Amino acid sequence: MFQGWLQIALTIALFVALAPTFGGYMAQVYLGQKTLLDPVLVPVEGMLYSLTGTEKKEEMTGWQYARAILYSNLAMGLLIFFLIMNQGWLPLNPTGLGAPTWDTALHTTISFITNTNQQHYSGETTLSYGSQILGLGYHMFTSAATGLAVGIAFIRGLTGRPLGNFYVDLIRSITRILLPISIVGAVALMLLGVPETLAGPVVVPTLEDPAVSQAIARGPVAHFEIIKQLGENGGGFFAINSAHPFENPNPATNLIQIVAMVVIPSAFIYTYGVFANSRRQAWLIYGMVLTIYLLFVTLTAISEYQGNPAVNALLGNVQPNLEGKEVRFGWAQSALFATTTTGTMCGAVNSLHDSFMPLGGFVLLSNLFLQIIWGGQGTGTAYLFAYLILAVFVTGLMVGRTPEFLGRKIEKREVVLASFLILLVHPITILIPGAIALAFPEQLAGISNPGFHGLSQVIYEYASAAANNGSGFEGLADSQPASTGLWWNLSTCFSLLGGRYIPTIALLLLADSLSRKQPVPMTVGTLRTDTFLFTGVTAGVVLILGALTFFPVLALGPIAEAFQMAKGG
Amino acid sequence: MESSNQFSSTPPRAPGGPRQSRRHTPKADMSGLYQRAVKQAFVKLDPRITVKNPVMFIVWVGTIVTALVTVNPNLFGNVSDAGLNQQIFNGLITFILFFTLVFANFAEAVAEGRGKAQADSLRSTRSDTIARKILPDGSVQEVSSTDLRRGDQVKVIAGDMIPSDGDVIQGIGSVDESAITGESAPVLKQPGTDIASSVTGGTRLLSDELVVRITADPGKGFIDRMIALVEGAERTKTPNEIALTVLLVVLTQVFLIVIATMSPLADYVQSPTTIAILISLLVALIPTTIGGLLSAIGIAGMDRVAQFNVIATSGRAVEACGDINTLVLDKTGTITLGNRLASQFIPVNGYSEQAVAQAALAASVFDETPEGRSIVRLAEEWGAAIDFDRQAAEGIEFSARTRMSGTNLPDGGEARKGAVDAIKGFVRSRGGTLSADLDTAYEGVSRLGGTPLAVCKNSDIYGVIYLKDIVKPGLRERFDQLRRMGVRTIMLTGDNRITASVIAAEAGVDDFIAEATPEDKIDVIRREQSQGKLVAMTGDGTNDAPALAQANVGVAMNSGTQAAKEAANMVDLDSDPTKLIDLVAIGKQLLITRGALTTFSIANDIAKYFAIIPTIFAAAGIGSLNVMGLKSPQSAIISALIYNALIILALIPLALKGVQFRPLTANQLLQRNILIYGVGGVIAPFIAIKLIDLILPIA
Repeated sequence: MFQGWLQIALTIALFVALAPTFGGYMAQVYLGQKTLLDPVLVPVEGMLYSLTGTEKKEEMTGWQYARAILYSNLAMGLLIFFLIMNQGWLPLNPTGLGAPTWDTALHTTISFITNTNQQHYSGETTLSYGSQILGLGYHMFTSAATGLAVGIAFIRGLTGRPLGNFYVDLIRSITRILLPISIVGAVALMLLGVPETLAGPVVVPTLEDPAVSQAIARGPVAHFEIIKQLGENGGGFFAINSAHPFENPNPATNLIQIVAMVVIPSAFIYTYGVFANSRRQAWLIYGMVLTIYLLFVTLTAISEYQGNPAVNALLGNVQPNLEGKEVRFGWAQSALFATTTTGTMCGAVNSLHDSFMPLGGFVLLSNLFLQIIWGGQGTGTAYLFAYLILAVFVTGLMVGRTPEFLGRKIEKREVVLASFLILLVHPITILIPGAIALAFPEQLAGISNPGFHGLSQVIYEYASAAANNGSGFEGLADSQPASTGLWWNLSTCFSLLGGRYIPTIALLLLADSLSRKQPVPMTVGTLRTDTFLFTGVTAGVVLILGALTFFPVLALGPIAEAFQMAKGG
Repeated sequence: MESSNQFSSTPPRAPGGPRQSRRHTPKADMSGLYQRAVKQAFVKLDPRITVKNPVMFIVWVGTIVTALVTVNPNLFGNVSDAGLNQQIFNGLITFILFFTLVFANFAEAVAEGRGKAQADSLRSTRSDTIARKILPDGSVQEVSSTDLRRGDQVKVIAGDMIPSDGDVIQGIGSVDESAITGESAPVLKQPGTDIASSVTGGTRLLSDELVVRITADPGKGFIDRMIALVEGAERTKTPNEIALTVLLVVLTQVFLIVIATMSPLADYVQSPTTIAILISLLVALIPTTIGGLLSAIGIAGMDRVAQFNVIATSGRAVEACGDINTLVLDKTGTITLGNRLASQFIPVNGYSEQAVAQAALAASVFDETPEGRSIVRLAEEWGAAIDFDRQAAEGIEFSARTRMSGTNLPDGGEARKGAVDAIKGFVRSRGGTLSADLDTAYEGVSRLGGTPLAVCKNSDIYGVIYLKDIVKPGLRERFDQLRRMGVRTIMLTGDNRITASVIAAEAGVDDFIAEATPEDKIDVIRREQSQGKLVAMTGDGTNDAPALAQANVGVAMNSGTQAAKEAANMVDLDSDPTKLIDLVAIGKQLLITRGALTTFSIANDIAKYFAIIPTIFAAAGIGSLNVMGLKSPQSAIISALIYNALIILALIPLALKGVQFRPLTANQLLQRNILIYGVGGVIAPFIAIKLIDLILPIA
């Protein structure tokens, strides 16, 4: 047991220690300051700017920035859809796979442009190498960079700067953050045993009966794997994702994967501190997120460690719950991975979330509902501060002034945008399709475990789509050719799009309107937001406003299941 | 209403306190207020009125639906009859929801009722009067006061009501303004002077005759505006109120979705529920507490300002008071008592103090200003007496050009007193010489914060009169309080730098501007505003009007000119500039009350969830979450709803009175209010709902 907790503690200590250096580096990148890689990158970027016609780096307004994101994402989406639908005759298709159904292709495209990577297909038997590398791999960079761009534009607005230029931010995010780390990371993964090849599957005779042969899928996995984690994409090369021995062969690769998925959102809070020139506030917020994260990790880990009472009763002693887990990772690294992947909106999995104990399921769902326990690439930090703005508005009145954040007044427009973004998008994109699916469980949902667990499965699927996480609780017949595949593909598209672009637009408009406000000087009459007290208040607002909405769902899903299990049901 | 304002520690004149003696508006008739409010509470159930409050409108619709399922419980699908009879249960829910609406309406009606009572008493002072209009040919025609237009001239004779707002252009007369100011002593009105020339419609001329040029069209006069404002007829939502409403609407929509989607979820896990229960849960969760009290808080805020004898032209201005960063205050009348008093004679050139007193008396016999009279008093204390024929002497009035006044004596001598520079010039022009000890005396007085006046007779300077400025008692503490709240004070004065700095230090203001001109006022305001600060100031003269308009909160004195009153967004009927400090507190109190009740309302949801969800989904096996141990689902729902309705009623006094305000820093305030309304808001309903559940005779 001690070993398990030590693994968890060391992993967390590692990414926390990286936050100031890496966060500071990202701030330098986005502030346009000199960085180490300048000699190589300046000419490369210069070429890209002139190629794309963005040499002037004109400042964009909130709407311009949002439009640039929508148009570029649409163009990229159309390209990938075309690629997947025509993979049959396109190159890099050693296994000769034909086109998937249109709805699978559509869902996959939308899922990858929204940085979600929810997969209603098995990679190795559905998509060619070409589709994986050129289509999905490309999206893994651009969608992650889009998230970073939104995040940094939001931070700029919040701190009273112009929002910047989307194309410049997109390019710099890739050339200076995602690509360099991915190159180093891919090499490291290869050295640790992850395959990287364009050759098709190996066909070998099985050990049991040499007359029977077996095809072992492989492919260009290593480079795909690192950006999958780093960009919080989470879409596995193989169907079982990071549980697959070729994606994540050993504890060392597992460590790299966990740190890679959390390092950007964690360091991004520090980046905010540099922009706002308030490292104190950044650390306080960081501390708040870290505290909730530690609580969640502990809850999940303890419940997995204690195992299933029903199984324990049969065994006659207490054993960790290893159902749906890889033995090489055990309860500790599975619990840590699961909590981190749902918290960061990565969505890669190294164990089956469906098989977690109810308390673990509760934590994973809560992570998806809150979206800020590190949160998505760039957008997570933006959500965090949108929560802060709401907290300022609700409680700030109690000091007797019009609420203000960083000297900027929070007025009607900001409240409209922040409350809509934080409070309304999620219920619309999760509860409404979830309720429809549950109203017709046979015809639409195709649930494997009826009852409370089935409710969790359905809600999880939509929450994962809306939060742009992409992991699955699984256990749903959501892939073609199941009869419910079409419903799942299309209904989650609604959640994917709603969960990505509505908040993106709202965040940018919010940043825009804040950046245009005349700052009010700080006095002792101003509510300070960089105090323990206010950070505590923010945590309260996050929990009440964020969780209250989903309390009934959690009560009827994992909580009811936990009581049922405790009774031995 | 008393003690709602802790801020006005000294001098204590919270509304209802010692200022009673000069209460504005002939005591508003508050009898029958509650009966009328109860009636109004039912009238406001009209959906056309309710729809304006989105949160309460949801309750309204919910009530209709529960009423329908009371008549026929199976209207929206068959319901298994569990426990209490469905019809009785639904009927109970309908009944409680109905009263939730009534209570919210009652809160608003009480707040409005107070304003109306004030408006009615104002209106009674203002009946349609007959005015003597002066026609272009000089003849007088009797017309109704409502026919008067801006620019008309009317003649007013002793005993007449002044028909409309205007400026005196001819005559001198004393006017009883008690109808609007509550001040019983009549005020002298005469043309020319800025302040004394403006008269208000509805006040009564007590003596003599005046010719008044009307400055307001009918219905646009000062009293008309006052009536409209206190009555709430022109009430528009303030920016902060709108922002808060948006948040409440979004929260309501969120819970609508949560509840609407709950039915299929509950059915799926075989723990079905009824429409009446879902509506109950919805009403319990949406922020009805703040939704029901929000408009009452706003109206009460305006009312509190009115109780303080200040008329605000908009709620926006009251709200802005809370945000003020800088107060620009005139020294005279605001920081110091209006009148400087002579307190010492400082002889120069070897004269004795008696000699100075004698000369000062000679120079001041015709000076009717308070300062002049105080000099006479002090001189008489020193034994000085008039040693010339008063009738034969001639008084020389003070003018801004000469900056001195005095007396031409019957013997041809000239006694003068005035600004030291001016007297120096006078003496030089009469061939006199100056001595160094004059400057010493001048500086000495300045350093004490006083105003030095030199006294001379002919070419001889006798000495310096020390006019003492008296800082109003208790101001220092109030400026300290303001500083703790982050409000800076800037004093403006025409005095020299030395005097100004002494007074500034004595009063404890943060900054001062000496030798200030009216133009300086507007410059200071602009400078502060360019740094993003909100500025408040008071003023009364016509030359203050641009600054009053420029300031975020401009408070005009009622004794001031029409121009000043029109440029300002508040008018103080008592003409007490110090009140600006109280207005800051009132503005803050309004915002705090709103924030506190919002926080309380949202924090309550935790307990309501824990009361209702575990009990209605007991079939799903989550009964252990029923931490309050409520008796049954029916009892839990009814208890939560009763709490939900009663809490509105219970908080009406707080909404009307405002949350107690203490001059603390933002962090201290947040800490205190989070503890009371945030943490308290989480805990209180747990206790209250449990108690109601214990009392309820439902199984």
